[in-house]
Amino acid sequence: MEPILEVKGLSIAFQQYDAGTRQRRLPVIRDLSLSIGAGQVVAVVGSSGSGKSLLAHGILGILPYNAAMEGEIRYDGELLTPERVEALRGREIVLVPQGVTYLDPLMKVGPQIRRGKRSPEARAKSRSVLERYGLGAETEELYPFELSGGMARRVLISTAVMETPRLVIADEPTPGLDARAAGRILGHFREIADAGAGMLLITHDLELALTIADRVVVFYAGETVEEADAADFAAGRLRHPYTRALWRALPQNGFMPIPGAQPYPGEIAGGCLFAPRCPHCHPACRAAVPYREADGGRVRCLYPEEGGTP
Amino acid sequence: MKHRLQFAGKKLLRMVLLLLGVSLAAFLLMSLSPLDPLQTNVGQTALGSMSPEQIEKLQDYWGMNTPLAERYLGWLSDALHGDFGVSLLYRQPVLQIIGQRLANSLGLLFVAWVLSGVLGLALGVTAGCFRGRLPDRLIRGYCLLISSTPAFWLALLLLMVFSVWLGWLPVGLSVPIGVEVGSITLADRLYHAILPALTLSITGVANIALHTREKMIDVMESEYVLFARARGESRRSIVLRHGLRNVALPAITLQFASISEIIGGSVLVEEVFSYPGLGQVAVDAGLGSDLPLLLGITVVTAAIVFAGNLIADLLYGVVDPKIRRGAARS
Repeated sequence: MEPILEVKGLSIAFQQYDAGTRQRRLPVIRDLSLSIGAGQVVAVVGSSGSGKSLLAHGILGILPYNAAMEGEIRYDGELLTPERVEALRGREIVLVPQGVTYLDPLMKVGPQIRRGKRSPEARAKSRSVLERYGLGAETEELYPFELSGGMARRVLISTAVMETPRLVIADEPTPGLDARAAGRILGHFREIADAGAGMLLITHDLELALTIADRVVVFYAGETVEEADAADFAAGRLRHPYTRALWRALPQNGFMPIPGAQPYPGEIAGGCLFAPRCPHCHPACRAAVPYREADGGRVRCLYPEEGGTP
Repeated sequence: MKHRLQFAGKKLLRMVLLLLGVSLAAFLLMSLSPLDPLQTNVGQTALGSMSPEQIEKLQDYWGMNTPLAERYLGWLSDALHGDFGVSLLYRQPVLQIIGQRLANSLGLLFVAWVLSGVLGLALGVTAGCFRGRLPDRLIRGYCLLISSTPAFWLALLLLMVFSVWLGWLPVGLSVPIGVEVGSITLADRLYHAILPALTLSITGVANIALHTREKMIDVMESEYVLFARARGESRRSIVLRHGLRNVALPAITLQFASISEIIGGSVLVEEVFSYPGLGQVAVDAGLGSDLPLLLGITVVTAAIVFAGNLIADLLYGVVDPKIRRGAARS
């Protein structure tokens, strides 16, 4: 199957002023690869500060002016150039952002969903879209500050399906919601994917991601460390020690945290980024570690077969 | 509704206290002034040729023999009855003078106020939207240059260029010299108001443009503008749909707060252009120790400024949905 989105070796770095006028390059995402097929939900999971949101902005071509992007993004088999993404975003490629702050605080919900269109067709469409997510027509007359957290998320999803998207990028769509509401929101995403769109779900919540994802890409300090089938988690077929630690940190799987914290961009040494926290670190891990195919997934670890149990 | 009334009541009380404070401050400053009203208004030579009785009478007229507290309280009780007294310099009721002069100044102030508001908003939005690029640098440079230029100096410069060198515009006054009152046209008045209004607008623009630019930058960096970009909205659409809307609230505050600056500026500008407006007569009253007139002008201008701020507060309730809907619910 031809993937709808294919990202190869993507890196994003910031130009920053460091101590006066000296500029420095701050790499935030390094060598990221993933692919999403039509009808597939791919979750990118990583803790906060790992550069996940920038991945969404990078694909959409809305990075800040001081960010530089390298690597290759293919959409529908063709290179996604800045001109192409400009024509596609909001139509075929849509973003579902984090929360209510992404809505204009002084504009009513209706016109925001319709993106300023006033035609009767647009009105009918926004009505039906809101209704699909259990929101009445009166929602259109509300201002963002009058929406509850769950309503705001559903309004944001509504903006995405006003047209027929082929790729939906959801950036942390569930924080602040209770488990049931979050589950409902994710259910909506699953529906969109089942209707044929590719879905990139960016989240820090592995547990929620696993409820709808087909594949999971694990992000650590700006690098992809593993790509696995969602089924691999429960089956114990995980490849990278960080993914295993993430899995075991969930309450139902032992609630076991690992010591330490992920390094900040800029204070990164060469070699495996997880090495300082890894229970199975070898001397060879201090050198560069390639991202390679392994057992139906991908992993950035030299000794994935070790460390099934610490 | 009750909420609105309470709001208005509080504001009104605040206005009364403010006017009281302002009039007291003006009175104290004037009484601390080292100017001797007799020497300023009668002249040293004339005083020398007068008998002590005559001087005594003049001192009574200028209120120099009355204790400070008594003078202020006397003025205050009259003013509270609506009587602002008679100007010592002009020998006319204070309110009549203020009425005439305000009528002269009002057009000038209004044009300058609207012009600086509209231009300031347009320049600020443009600069904020092109942050760091050429239009922004030009506008910012202009604003910084103008804000560091004193208004009276700019007035003199414009006077030199447009009236003296080019001869396009009159050197001063609000009407042509040597023309019958009846035959003065509106065009004459407008013609004479161009330079003073221009000076006031040029200086007023800088402040409004710089503040609007800051707000516009905040808006352009906001998450909702990022999302609008992600949805494929063009820069034009973002500025028109989201930018102006979100800059409107602070712009209203700025615009009405700038009334005080326009009135303050008019004092100097009218002086330079010999424009017989309120600003000019304020200078006369201050330098001539004309206490009733000065206090009258102070109170009236303070009331105008306060009314401007009050209108801004009330407009907020109309424009900002958070206040509008919040008040409707309670």
